[in-house]
Amino acid sequence: MSEPATPDTGGRDDADDADDPDEGADASTAGRTDDERAERAARTDAASREPGTGADAVVSALEAAGVDTAFGVQGGAIMPVYDALVGSSVHHVTMAHEQGAAHAADAYGVVRGDPGVCMATSGPGATNLVTGIADASMDSDAVLALTGQVPSAMVGSDAFQETDTVGVTAPITKHNYFASDSDAVGSTVGEAFALAKTGRPGPTLVDLPKDVSFGDAETPVGEPTPPERTVPDPAADEEQVEAAARAIEEAERPLCLFGGGVIKGDATEEARAFARAHEIPVVTTMPGIGSFPEDDDLCLSWAGMHGTGYANMAITHTDCLIGVGTRFDDRLTGGVDTFAPEAEVVHVDIDPAEISKNVHADYPVVGDAGTVIEQIDAEIRGADAPDTTEWREQYDEWRERYPMDYAVDPDEPVTPEFVVEAFDAATGDDAYVATGVGQHQMWAAQYWTFREPRTFVSSHGLGAMGYGLPAAIGARIAAEDDREVVAFEGDGSFLMTIQELSVAVRETLDITVVVLNNEYIGMVRQWQDAFFEGRHMASEYDWMPEFDTLAEAFGAKGFRIDDYDDVAETVEEALAYDGPSVVDAHIDPEANVYPMVASGAANGRFALAEDQL
Amino acid sequence: MADGGSAHPAEDPAAERARPADGDAPATGLAGPRPDERPHPTGRRDEHGVRKEPDSGTEPTRRATISALVEDEPGVLARSAGLFRRRQFNIESLTVGPTTVEGHSRITLVVEETEAGIEQAKKQLAKLTPVIAVGELSGDAVAAELVLLKVRGQEPDKVHAITSMYDGQTLDAGPRTITVQITGDENQIDDAIDAFDQFGIIEIARTGQTALERGDSPTTPGEEPGHSAGETDDDEFTNYDD
Ligand SMILES: Cc1ncc(C[n+]2csc(CCOP(=O)(O)OP(=O)(O)O)c2C)c(N)n1
Repeated sequence: MSEPATPDTGGRDDADDADDPDEGADASTAGRTDDERAERAARTDAASREPGTGADAVVSALEAAGVDTAFGVQGGAIMPVYDALVGSSVHHVTMAHEQGAAHAADAYGVVRGDPGVCMATSGPGATNLVTGIADASMDSDAVLALTGQVPSAMVGSDAFQETDTVGVTAPITKHNYFASDSDAVGSTVGEAFALAKTGRPGPTLVDLPKDVSFGDAETPVGEPTPPERTVPDPAADEEQVEAAARAIEEAERPLCLFGGGVIKGDATEEARAFARAHEIPVVTTMPGIGSFPEDDDLCLSWAGMHGTGYANMAITHTDCLIGVGTRFDDRLTGGVDTFAPEAEVVHVDIDPAEISKNVHADYPVVGDAGTVIEQIDAEIRGADAPDTTEWREQYDEWRERYPMDYAVDPDEPVTPEFVVEAFDAATGDDAYVATGVGQHQMWAAQYWTFREPRTFVSSHGLGAMGYGLPAAIGARIAAEDDREVVAFEGDGSFLMTIQELSVAVRETLDITVVVLNNEYIGMVRQWQDAFFEGRHMASEYDWMPEFDTLAEAFGAKGFRIDDYDDVAETVEEALAYDGPSVVDAHIDPEANVYPMVASGAANGRFALAEDQL
Repeated sequence: MADGGSAHPAEDPAAERARPADGDAPATGLAGPRPDERPHPTGRRDEHGVRKEPDSGTEPTRRATISALVEDEPGVLARSAGLFRRRQFNIESLTVGPTTVEGHSRITLVVEETEAGIEQAKKQLAKLTPVIAVGELSGDAVAAELVLLKVRGQEPDKVHAITSMYDGQTLDAGPRTITVQITGDENQIDDAIDAFDQFGIIEIARTGQTALERGDSPTTPGEEPGHSAGETDDDEFTNYDD
């Protein structure tokens, strides 16, 4: 493996150097073509060696699982594993902070559909991963975390850099392992990898005491296999399918609600075909964004707290809600007592524990999203499918009555919606959008028109500020070269993980970070205005750095937007720049996100302005 | 907006949805009928998202005994208990011990929850990777609990009489205290404690309920007993070996 590119080779105006194959490109996966990937995979086979130590077995397990990239930070207890990475086909991306490693691995997994891998040392390394692991857990993202641990003999003694990682991460992992046997550790890592993506995906963790990594491992590591018991049956029970199909046929106002599970289960094709075949309109959840093209006539975009008015009207008035791969999060449902009050609920999910957890399912259907949709589809075909003509006229009217628009005044500060739409218009349909958490996340979700699955990479369930930049890094490395990666960040959110810019520069990653800078932690300010009589306690961030200048200090390219005149040119230049760029977009500091459903309120009571809250 | 062209939002394809600012539009916010100008359905759901009649009351709770067959690996008890804590299920008792199959343990949990809560508890438990099977015991199941009671020793004869009444055993008898052991189902234990109360109970240790399904029914679905020592030729078990 060649040396990483020096900061000089990437992210500067003299970007020519970055094109030199001997310099930056080969060292980073960003510049990697499919051919190069295949070549790497071939090398993986060649490199599959007889494991020597537990650490070798860990690395062999990653190679056998087809892992091409791992994100992490070095440290004492994980050093043997890093040492075993020397000469491996696994490209290690050193992050600035372990939280960045976990978010990058998470986003990598979202984009690739295969688990992302992150690594950290014991103690502080492991605890720094926690936010990222919790994030993956809430969003059912497949991530494998490997953590170093103090030697077994010292475990429990409060040794230097010891943390009970298995204990700390038990509630936020799908499963975690404390490795105790050098010879078995390779298969444990393989199992953890496979388990992360089996059934309902989620993060898994293997804690690796130093003596286990150093110990002998003779048994060769095989294919990663999950415990048999955890592999669910993809097909649903025929009786459940029939009952669901009958309920859909009888509906007058059916509505599909596609959640993140449709995307994670690779079921977008089946889901789209189903909705179109029966002319059933679609709303998505936020994690479900991209499961259905938002410019399709049947699509009402996403529902919930900041979802569109028409999506929330549709959810409020449907008589049959077909929820697929959604967990009915409270940001979607508002108050459960008023959620889809007239609807019979059909709930399709691979995880039986999701059924009737938050909203009672009248028709539970347990199975893989794509398989079950086809089963239901086959059951409806031939019989009387619902006639949705009237229903469609109704929601078209809602679309007109509750438009998503915004005012533009050339003499006023730039509106964030305008910036989002400008970037959307300038990129292809398949660009990836990563976000931080706050108002900017909502504007990105509302005003970017998503058409493809896995293109919206965001922190949904945990809502972790600081997700955007490391997620963009993970997405960039997972994505094909010709697809754009744009991250929308808030000033507050960006500042939480801004140090990862150094990684983007070192790896010459072509990403564009757009900071929707309002010098507030805006979402908090919005709530303070609405619910705390405008007392801006700790939400004014008028001490923000100049992000464009700061970007340059990191070796990235900096841009700044102050008014509408700047937008078009800056968008063009930032996207054209081949390396990491940061657009410090100074937006209207008072702009707020609407529609908004107050927490616990009825979706149909979404506010269109502050005085309606 | 000086030189027009694509820099002008109104002409920019990116700005399709943008409307020029006019005096009437709210500074921040969207157009459309206000919340009270919209139609709202009158239906309601209860706290579990079950559709209900407007004024029906809240759902009652009931007690359930849940049995989980688990891989006997470190942390499995902590994981199960942690799950119940995190999800705010109310555990009344929890017992754990080995089964006839090497490497398997049985966790018996008693919870007081609504019907929906009990279903969730079972499903969440079944989801843990080391959990093999989960069953809820029928009303017919065999259940027992053990309690140790330390009472004042002033009236040894009377204490002894009550101990015999409950088929208990005296484990320790001294001039000041007597410690007895009682086993039985939960009601019997509660009754026994009431009966001993007259002597002044000093300390109590209860194990919590443990239970098995009666007769041939397996306690957790699909459960296959292994051989325990001395029973290797028992016909009843040989067919489980296939
Ligand atoms: C790690 C973390 N801390 C705190 C919060 C609470 N929070 C939610 S949104 C928000 C404001 C975000 O501000 P900024 O990144 O500037 O974005 P804006 O809302 O202004 O677009 C905060 C503090 C959070 N979601 N995550």
